[in-house]
Amino acid sequence: MAELRILTLIKRVPAPGARINITDDEQFVNTQNLGFTMSPHEECAVEGAVQLIEEHGGESTVLTLGPAEAEEQLRYAASIGINQAVLMDNGGEDWDPQRTAKAIGDAIEQLESESGPFDLILFGNESADSGGFQVGIRVAHRLGRPMVNGIKGIEVHDDKVVAKREVDAGSEVYELPRPAVLGVKEGLNLPRYPTMKGRLASKKVEINAVAPAADAGGQAKVRLLRPVETVSETVILGTDESAAAAVVDLFEELGVL
Amino acid sequence: MTSVLVVIESDQGAMAPASHEALTFARDYATSAGLPLNAIIFGAESGMAAEAGTYGAATVHVADHALLDDFGPEAWGETLAQAVTQTAPAVVVSCGTDRGNEVLAQAAARLDLPFVANCTEVDTGAAEMTRTQWGGSLLERVSLNAPTRLLSIAPHAFDASPAPAPGAGMVMPFAPVLDDSLARTKVVDRVVTSSGVTLSTAPVVVGGGRGVGSAEAYAPLEELAELLGGKVGCSRAVTNNGWRPHSDQVGQTGTRIAPELYIACGISGAIQHWVGAKASKNILAINTDAEANMVTKAGHAVLGDLHTMIPAITAEVKKRKGL
Ligand SMILES: Cc1cc2nc3c(=O)[nH]c(=O)nc-3n(C[C@H](O)[C@H](O)[C@H](O)COP(=O)(O)OP(=O)(O)OC[C@H]3O[C@@H](n4cnc5c(N)ncnc54)[C@H](O)[C@@H]3O)c2cc1C
Ligand SMILES: Nc1ncnc2c1ncn2[C@@H]1O[C@H](COP(=O)(O)O)[C@@H](O)[C@H]1O
Repeated sequence: MAELRILTLIKRVPAPGARINITDDEQFVNTQNLGFTMSPHEECAVEGAVQLIEEHGGESTVLTLGPAEAEEQLRYAASIGINQAVLMDNGGEDWDPQRTAKAIGDAIEQLESESGPFDLILFGNESADSGGFQVGIRVAHRLGRPMVNGIKGIEVHDDKVVAKREVDAGSEVYELPRPAVLGVKEGLNLPRYPTMKGRLASKKVEINAVAPAADAGGQAKVRLLRPVETVSETVILGTDESAAAAVVDLFEELGVL
Repeated sequence: MTSVLVVIESDQGAMAPASHEALTFARDYATSAGLPLNAIIFGAESGMAAEAGTYGAATVHVADHALLDDFGPEAWGETLAQAVTQTAPAVVVSCGTDRGNEVLAQAAARLDLPFVANCTEVDTGAAEMTRTQWGGSLLERVSLNAPTRLLSIAPHAFDASPAPAPGAGMVMPFAPVLDDSLARTKVVDRVVTSSGVTLSTAPVVVGGGRGVGSAEAYAPLEELAELLGGKVGCSRAVTNNGWRPHSDQVGQTGTRIAPELYIACGISGAIQHWVGAKASKNILAINTDAEANMVTKAGHAVLGDLHTMIPAITAEVKKRKGL
């Protein structure tokens, strides 16, 4: 089989802990004291791309649309084995899904006209923060390529990509002609941790800039709000093994014994 | 006259229960907006039109086509796009399941319309709505500007309730024009792996987090879960360490659970874990840290070491069961 070219799309998001705080203007997640990451779905997409290139040979690229700081997520992807990185700097503005998809679709057409088509494009099933469940599907349609979301198994063959999607009692199998687009779910693989060597190598990867441009779509954020949660006092049943009787009393009370 | 159109999710001729929520929401919305409620089903009619009728759908468009007899996101999305173009509904509603969101996104891409996923509240007129972000940990109020408003409703945000109307569930055939190439994303095979109680349906879940410490240390959790007829769950820290398979993970990027009792052992209760566990009817946290989010949010807690607590609880359960 000829060498593969794979593109993976990732989005920089804050990594909140016990709760998500909102800025005073109700427009953003308050990121003071927070680190940044990408969706676990996208981490698995990155790992999947690296594994497929290890297996079949070729080259993998990672692309993000976001603030200049998203270079951190691109370098992380490079540190576990991605070869090329593209940053579309939109100044960290919050773009709606239609606008995001148009800008990413334009960039992919530009990259493909420069260096040839991607055999496989991987998205996350949904972004960790906004969770629109659509950017990958819109981009695939624009490119005229087959797309299935929610994928937890990928095999690349000469003429097709076999993809598995988990459902309640097992999985569904799809066979997409190449080139194909997939939306990946966490569980596809167990992403590796970067090695020291990988980290050092990632510092040398050149970040290519592609300027994004697209008009806003039809969905606009008004404000963020936190869901209402009922708070209840916690009943402490004990602090050592002597609490076991009280715990099993609770099981009896709830009828689960 | 324009309408509200509900997209019925089905698998091999059986309606997904989540579609009942979509129908119920859409009926209430249609009533307040003064619009008729219609539905669309994919594949041959197998009783689903009448079922949609019991939730008040007046006309049910039946898109019967060889490419629609099994699920395929592109063929289903293209069919929906054509139905929207031909019947010009004001609002199109699906449930926010994997398939529900995927079919709406496919149709939205084809129509170049916005699509608002996972709504929890929709104003009459659908100019503004509230939707979930971060898997439900956060809400976003959005405004929507579109000639046809495509939206899905967040799972479990609306309770399903039937309300049959006289003459409802009238079948109207709908013939989409589909290119054979759309077969490229149709399901070609199925692999059945499990049967019986799953993590999402188990009455009891015994969850173990980083505090469990190793893959082997899950044996006592397995034993307790089995005694209670439940399943073992875990946090992402655990799947990342390779201690448990991802199918055990509870949370934003794992499974949403809703058991009678969730026993969360050595789990701090990060927001992404909590959002998958919060539908549990009762939560017992076992944690050495009284300040852990899981402890402060749980109804009951034991502030102790899970490695001694779980065997003690198991011994007590066995004693009472006479084992
Ligand atoms: C976009 C995104 C999505 C995510 N999705 C998920 C998801 O789906 N599910 C998920 O779980 N996480 C998810 N996470 C990760 C999440 O943020 C946390 O990192 C993770 O849940 C922490 O797991 P933990 O509670 O097991 O570990 P920790 O936070 O390290 O907590 C360990 C706990 O164990 C207690 N402990 C230690 N020893 C003992 C002992 N001997 N006895 C009793 N208690 C003990 C400690 O007090 C502590 O509370 C996601 C993160 C991001 C950014
Ligand atoms: N700003 C972005 N930059 C790069 N990829 C993105 C961006 N937004 C969304 N994506 C990709 O599209 C997927 C689906 O996003 P969404 O439609 O927001 O749920 C994500 O998992 C990413 O792979």
